[in-house]
Amino acid sequence: MHLAQLNIAHLLEPIESARLAGFVAALEPINAVSDVAPGFVWRMKGGDLPTDVVRHQYGDHLLINLSVWESRTSLWNFVYRSPHLGVLRRRRDWFHRAAEPYSVMWWVPEGHRPPLDEAMGRLGLLRSRGAGPEAFTFKEFYEPSSPAASRPAAAEARK
Amino acid sequence: MPAGPSVAVPAGRQRGGSRLRAVKSDDLESMSVLADPVRRELYRFVASQGRDVGRNEAAEAAGVQRTLAAFHLDKLVDAGLLEAGFRRLTDRTGPGSGRPAKVYRRAAGERAVSLPPRDYRTPALVLAEVVGLLGGDEQAEAAARRAGERMAAGTEGAGLVEVLDARGYEPYEEGGRIRLRNCPFHLLAEEHPLLVCSMNLAMCEGLLAAREERGVTAALDPRPGECCVAFTRDAGGSKNNQD
Repeated sequence: MHLAQLNIAHLLEPIESARLAGFVAALEPINAVSDVAPGFVWRMKGGDLPTDVVRHQYGDHLLINLSVWESRTSLWNFVYRSPHLGVLRRRRDWFHRAAEPYSVMWWVPEGHRPPLDEAMGRLGLLRSRGAGPEAFTFKEFYEPSSPAASRPAAAEARK
Repeated sequence: MPAGPSVAVPAGRQRGGSRLRAVKSDDLESMSVLADPVRRELYRFVASQGRDVGRNEAAEAAGVQRTLAAFHLDKLVDAGLLEAGFRRLTDRTGPGSGRPAKVYRRAAGERAVSLPPRDYRTPALVLAEVVGLLGGDEQAEAAARRAGERMAAGTEGAGLVEVLDARGYEPYEEGGRIRLRNCPFHLLAEEHPLLVCSMNLAMCEGLLAAREERGVTAALDPRPGECCVAFTRDAGGSKNNQD
């Protein structure tokens, strides 16, 4: 199984605005890092240009990132142990503070490229029911379906 | 530099395990294995390499016979402080290249002993969660910067590398930069990476500022398995850039 992740962010201003220039400038180098990261499988692209963001019908000013990874570790290392961390630190310069979960993970069969509606559905699941085997987070992580998948690895460890 | 009778032997990723109790009796056991000075030397050497180390190399570094080094290294593996594996140490393959050699590296688990038992992790994790809930990242970074400034007190006589080493960062040189092999806040950083790495950077910046380390810059440059901060010396950097 592979690990899919959806990330959404509400832009403070339109992507073309001067305020977002720093973010747009970071797209190309960071996408380049992700595309060669160990364990990277796929990401949804908005077009052929590195700065093309994913177009969708889920509202204006909503930035969407959808990708597939070989494992929790490979995704973790890209998100927090690569130059991506520096971009993440600047999120308040570009995005609204999120009151609801804005990131969700779920397991997909190898070769599956999740469409956007599937991904948004998983985020909805996380928001309505909390973390579970079908929709979870780094903090409340679920291993792929096995008998143990019915209980969260992290919560188990915290006992 | 850390106060009190507290010893921590850090390392890689760990989930759960030793969170069950503040001090586990087997942590205490594994520490007692280090009572032998030769073992301590071997442990320090292997841990400081950040890679697989063969028996010959370890024996040479500790100044003991290979068989004695092998005995002690395996004791350290039994105690869970080192991990062993097998690897070819030469590029030769096929007949005549010999069996793969036994190699050692620091174990991934984290051991902490505090007497009497103390548990600073649980409240640290709780507080980190609260910072996130309150959106208090910036205040946390500012507080961390002040903590870094306070850390500089009394370190005037020591070089930057020495100070970082005393704080458990395990600094090493790479391409003219100081990188940090160990994250002293590992467990907390695994749970709250964005907050803790930002605080760590601010702390390092505070330390540099208060030590008046001109020409040295701390920046985030995270890599798997290491600390997120690296130090760069500007061309022509001045004071305190020698160690």
